[in-house]
Amino acid sequence: MNVAKRTFDAVIVGAGGAGLRAALQLSESGLKTAVLTKVFPTRSHTVAAQGGVAASLGNTTEDNWHWHMYDTVKGSDWLGDQDAIEFMCRKANEVVVELEHYGMPFDRTDNGKIYQRPFGGHSQNYGQAPVSRSCAAADRTGHAMLHALYQRNVRANTQFFVEWMALDLIRDADGDVLGVTAIEMETGEVCIFHAKATIFATGGAGRIFHSSTNAFINTGDGLGMAARAGIPLEDMEFWQFHPTGVFGAGVLITEGVRGEGGILRNASGERFMERYAPNLKDLASRDVVSRSMVTEINEGRGCGPDKDHVLLDITHLSPETIMKRLPGIREISIQFAGVDPIKAPIPVVPTAHYQMGGIPTNYKGQVVAPKDGNPNAPISGFYAAGECACASVHGANRLGTNSLLDLLVFGKSAGESVVEDFQSGDLSLKPLPADAADVSLARLARLEGQKNGESVFEVGLEMRRTMQKHAGVFRFDNLLKEGVARIKEVAERSRRTEIKDKSKVWNTARTEALELDNLIEVAKATMVSAEARKESRGAHVRDDSPDTAEFPNGRKDNEWLKHTLWYSEGNRLDYKPVTMKPLSQDVEPIALAKRTY
Amino acid sequence: MSINRGRLRWQCRRAFLELDLVFARFLERDFDRLTDGQLADLEDLLRCEDHELWAMVNGSEPCGNDRWKEMIGLLRQQ
Repeated sequence: MNVAKRTFDAVIVGAGGAGLRAALQLSESGLKTAVLTKVFPTRSHTVAAQGGVAASLGNTTEDNWHWHMYDTVKGSDWLGDQDAIEFMCRKANEVVVELEHYGMPFDRTDNGKIYQRPFGGHSQNYGQAPVSRSCAAADRTGHAMLHALYQRNVRANTQFFVEWMALDLIRDADGDVLGVTAIEMETGEVCIFHAKATIFATGGAGRIFHSSTNAFINTGDGLGMAARAGIPLEDMEFWQFHPTGVFGAGVLITEGVRGEGGILRNASGERFMERYAPNLKDLASRDVVSRSMVTEINEGRGCGPDKDHVLLDITHLSPETIMKRLPGIREISIQFAGVDPIKAPIPVVPTAHYQMGGIPTNYKGQVVAPKDGNPNAPISGFYAAGECACASVHGANRLGTNSLLDLLVFGKSAGESVVEDFQSGDLSLKPLPADAADVSLARLARLEGQKNGESVFEVGLEMRRTMQKHAGVFRFDNLLKEGVARIKEVAERSRRTEIKDKSKVWNTARTEALELDNLIEVAKATMVSAEARKESRGAHVRDDSPDTAEFPNGRKDNEWLKHTLWYSEGNRLDYKPVTMKPLSQDVEPIALAKRTY
Repeated sequence: MSINRGRLRWQCRRAFLELDLVFARFLERDFDRLTDGQLADLEDLLRCEDHELWAMVNGSEPCGNDRWKEMIGLLRQQ
């Protein structure tokens, strides 16, 4: 079949923070750059980031990048690569100041500098005291960042393909990446984007879980495309959860509610946190609260007909206090739980928030995979940045405000690498294989012709429920083993999805079916990787690997200080070493220690 | 020229979850019954920034445009 072809120096998939930052680097260097995006750029999920962006500017309290690096390595539970972490922390000031010059409206101190505020896990002097490191624009940092980057890209003549969905990665016989296939939603036409360089910046895939804070757009498209093209996904067992999401909706209920006196209760009304954390009770750390909630549910003390959630009770607070201090939370509860928290408690469960793993890259943003004995051999023509990538700076657990920094630093770095590879002649426009679009066309034809198939909604729901139950915030060996079998069954069903609407133009049912193909790859990667890792580390906490004298926090460095690599074909696992050596000779590695705060 | 319903349906995908959930309910319950005039109002409303839209939907900010009021009302309905 004849498929239209467009040719660019570089094609970027995704127009959130990472994609826009990478695009800017390319366009300002004069490269002909296309950005494909499912939604208008300023409607990317980066908009939802509120906290701020970390940089050791030291505007409010004394700070330096060595301290930031220490905090990030420790936060990662030593699974982060120290070369990439050094690179990110050293680059932070530069990318934040650049953003300021692009017109980002950061909050200011009285003397006009960027105002900085403290954030969990960030410290002065290697854990001695809290530090003010987060640069924010009120509670709309992500929103302001996207607008600043988008405007700058318009100035630089970046070419946007809005409401286009990338379908598959194009690789040749050498394994080099030559671009992507994509479908234009408005026409339903498939097109090849042939390019010397391809950058993925497609964000996370939080929609694999039943309870997730992620917008519907976060379907892991880049991860699905990479996995189908034979590229492994790294450390996909590591997902950050927040303890209190509205049951059935996933929307976050901030910790501030418990700070104001909110109490978690089980089906019999018991304040169960008194048993798990007698001193801090409901204000214990996020992981302790999440695990306690899951234990209550797993042991049959959950609420509702299916005993599948617990309750967050603020009915003992005065209506005036709730109206004054927690107005947003009251509205969320009314909207999404159908409950006025002045009168009745809010049903809650832990909710998935951020994906630490992703497409393996080095600190330059080049996608890497094992080849000829090198665990980190770059794949020619392929780069990735942001939540879809794994550099790895977040390791087993991300610190707040490091995600916006990640997308700025590695978006820029991926862009710089493309420009360098371009100028050095390492990148050329290799000829397209004759079958470049065949995989995508076959997927579309299968969907078009499927009879007596499965409902996209039902299969998606089964996937989300399976992931929540079997690979949630607190993990059990038997549940994970069952989960592997179940998610494989769901994956089989996903190969037979059927859509009733066959129209070409603006067919959202088809888009959702194609998104499910991507999500299911991420779900398999997460379940299989989590089942195999027989230790607790960071956000991956197993019931059978508790905190002991021999294995503090249940972490087993002798056996498990390594990155997981999951391959879609046969659900095969491989592992590669964690880079414990920083980038610079004169920087001391951060030695292994127990992660305590 | 009439407005393509499929396009508007897709453009109800927003940047954060709260709005996605509100629009999912709206798409399920109200969308198919909208007249061409109402679709034009919706199209106009969908050009708003997500934070402004959410503030109008959750009632923390008043709806400043008469043309959007009916749609905001439908989005707020539980």
